[in-house]
Amino acid sequence: MDLLYARAQMGLSLAFHIVFAAAGIALPLLMVLSDLKARRTGDADYAVLSRKLAKGTAILFAVGAVSGTVLSFELGLLWPAFMGTYGEVIGLPFALEGTAFFTEAVFLGIYLYGRERIPAGLHLFSGVMVALSGAASAFFVTLVNVFMNDPSGFTLTAGGPVNVDPVAAMFSPGWRHQTAHTLLACYQASAFAMAGIHAFVLLRHPGAAFHRKALSIALPLACLSALLQPLVGHQSAEHVARAQPLKLAAAEGLFQTQRGAGLSIGGLPDMETGTMRYALEIPKGLSLMAFMDPNAEVKGLDAFPRDEWPPVPKVHVAFQVMVGTGGAMALLAVVTLFLRWRRKAWPEDRRVLWGWLLCGPLGVVAMEAGWLVTEWGRQPWIIRGVMRTGEAVTPVPNLAVPFWTFTLVYLFLGAMVVFLMVRQVAGTLPGHEPPAGEVAHEH
Amino acid sequence: MSTELWLGGALVAAFVLYALFGGADFGGGVWDLLASGPRKTEQRALIAKALGPVWEVNHVWLIIGVVILFSAFPRAFAALSVALHVPLTLLLLGIVFRGTAFTFRTYDARGDAVQRRWGLVFSVASVLSPALLGMCVGAVVSGDIRVQGLAVVSGFFSAWLSPFALAVGALALCLFAFLAAVYLTAETRELGLQEDFRKRALGAGVAVFLAALGVLVLAREGAPRVWEGLTGSPFALVLHAATAVAAVLAFGLLLARRFWPARVAAAAQVGLIVAGWAASQYPYLVVPDFTLQGSAASVATQRALLVALAVGAALIIPSLLFLLRVFQTAPGEATRR
Repeated sequence: MDLLYARAQMGLSLAFHIVFAAAGIALPLLMVLSDLKARRTGDADYAVLSRKLAKGTAILFAVGAVSGTVLSFELGLLWPAFMGTYGEVIGLPFALEGTAFFTEAVFLGIYLYGRERIPAGLHLFSGVMVALSGAASAFFVTLVNVFMNDPSGFTLTAGGPVNVDPVAAMFSPGWRHQTAHTLLACYQASAFAMAGIHAFVLLRHPGAAFHRKALSIALPLACLSALLQPLVGHQSAEHVARAQPLKLAAAEGLFQTQRGAGLSIGGLPDMETGTMRYALEIPKGLSLMAFMDPNAEVKGLDAFPRDEWPPVPKVHVAFQVMVGTGGAMALLAVVTLFLRWRRKAWPEDRRVLWGWLLCGPLGVVAMEAGWLVTEWGRQPWIIRGVMRTGEAVTPVPNLAVPFWTFTLVYLFLGAMVVFLMVRQVAGTLPGHEPPAGEVAHEH
Repeated sequence: MSTELWLGGALVAAFVLYALFGGADFGGGVWDLLASGPRKTEQRALIAKALGPVWEVNHVWLIIGVVILFSAFPRAFAALSVALHVPLTLLLLGIVFRGTAFTFRTYDARGDAVQRRWGLVFSVASVLSPALLGMCVGAVVSGDIRVQGLAVVSGFFSAWLSPFALAVGALALCLFAFLAAVYLTAETRELGLQEDFRKRALGAGVAVFLAALGVLVLAREGAPRVWEGLTGSPFALVLHAATAVAAVLAFGLLLARRFWPARVAAAAQVGLIVAGWAASQYPYLVVPDFTLQGSAASVATQRALLVALAVGAALIIPSLLFLLRVFQTAPGEATRR
């Protein structure tokens, strides 16, 4: 039972942190882009937008920083045997991530509070540094996850790892695909969320100038990432097919090893009968997608011992959600870009705006689902093939207490952040006068 | 010098810097809670102004310390995470509430009631966190954390709830409050506010002295090995002498209202206390079952970490100095706002 609580607490902390970490990576980029646009056009709205995005970054970064601190402790608090034995193998990317995070915090401080104190060029440079170091820290921390999926850089012995090569461990196989996939997801989730918010305002206040401009900042990044993501995701899946066939089998709900395996769309794996129910199957689709050959053999769950299977229905559903939402976002991006090309302006029809409003949360949904595929898909291993999650868990009893405590804290913080963000946006609605307190607290 | 020593030094440096910067932020929270007198509001405004641009950065030293600990000395980190699970979890809650409350207060400037509510969360968390941090340190040096193989056999409570550990917690709290008050005297040009924080600094300085005395008395029973380290080695004695000189100097400069030099002396005092703690428990990382050498990671990892830390320092130190330069109120400069 304690293992379950430990996993739930870690999962909750990560699920919570990921949203803020993603925003901490993408919002600085959007903030710098609108800052640049403000300089080029001299348009005050872009300057205001840049300030609003900076405030949003500050709030989200603060929550991301504290939840990240919690995670760095939780690695030991919940999984002491994992860190005690393999901390030395995988410490390097953590150290580099710490450095990147540090740089991000320094330049965010300069950017937020230095607007009137330092020259404009230097101010913009600080913003660029925030965006770059945010991306770097996501890159490094994703490398740790790559290692957990596909460990390398040491020789396994009964007494623990020997011949440790920290650089090889840092760049475990598949690092290119997974880091690119993760980084894109961060940009995509944030840009779609921002586009959704401004589409919502535009639906209620058609033509509101500030929000049209805000949408024009968010849409290029949203469309670009939505179109690139399926390509990168496909490469990542090809890698998983070769390196982690069990994860692929679970994600696809493929029970039997077969040639010319079909691609299941939707559906629910039935663990009792070992069959897929209610799925739409594209013949030979999976073999083609995973191995570029319609008749390739794809390993099914039956090729692996039962006690190493991940929770198949969960992995499958999460995978379907990720692919489905990713597809919807890519489709919307294609439609939007087509209209942009036809009309030489970002489309503002109500139907397109509704599309952006509805797809606004999908980036975050896809990101969480994709992360769940990786994490559930690796179970029962904390380091695949090397250490089981159950072996790594802390001996401390009553883990239900910290789990429920952190659950309540995160629920409260999440609600607070939403409340503050709504207030930030509300301040820009047409006809809105900023309250006196807000002016006093402009930096 | 061996790689373990370099990494041990980096660990101590991270903790010294966390005490000097993050510790002062905690202290700021203490004074926010204890703000009083006719300039109550101004005191809180000064604290918020001094903290705003730097607190995110100051907090990162802790993360750096933890990362060095778990990548360079993984087995010690694992043992500490088990033995100190409870206080570390509470510390994390304190850090979470402190950080978010400060930010929410800054960006949720709607009314005084809302501000005060966040302010209260911020300052209560600021009092609890340093005390817990000190209790963890006390447990580490006491020798009460016992490990057999990879299993912690000393339980989850006794080590950090001993009288000695509690005294170290009190010392940490007083020390950070003292540091913050001294820093704040040099953050403003307003005489009334300077006097407020001067008085607070002097009071906290006395509290530091008493708490340190308490720790010393309890160390004999509560942390015998450290007691030997504190009183035995000539190196440690030199460190303690320097600490005493810095403490007396800081006090004298405060009395003479020389606020900038007082700030430097107080920082030196706190830095030396942390360094002195490290020196007195050397070569142990966790007394008495983990030494620095015995719990170190493989040499390849240690080398890679040192390179990463050097590259990081080359990147961070110049930008950090720039940040401080931009926001530090210089001695002669009038305060903004």
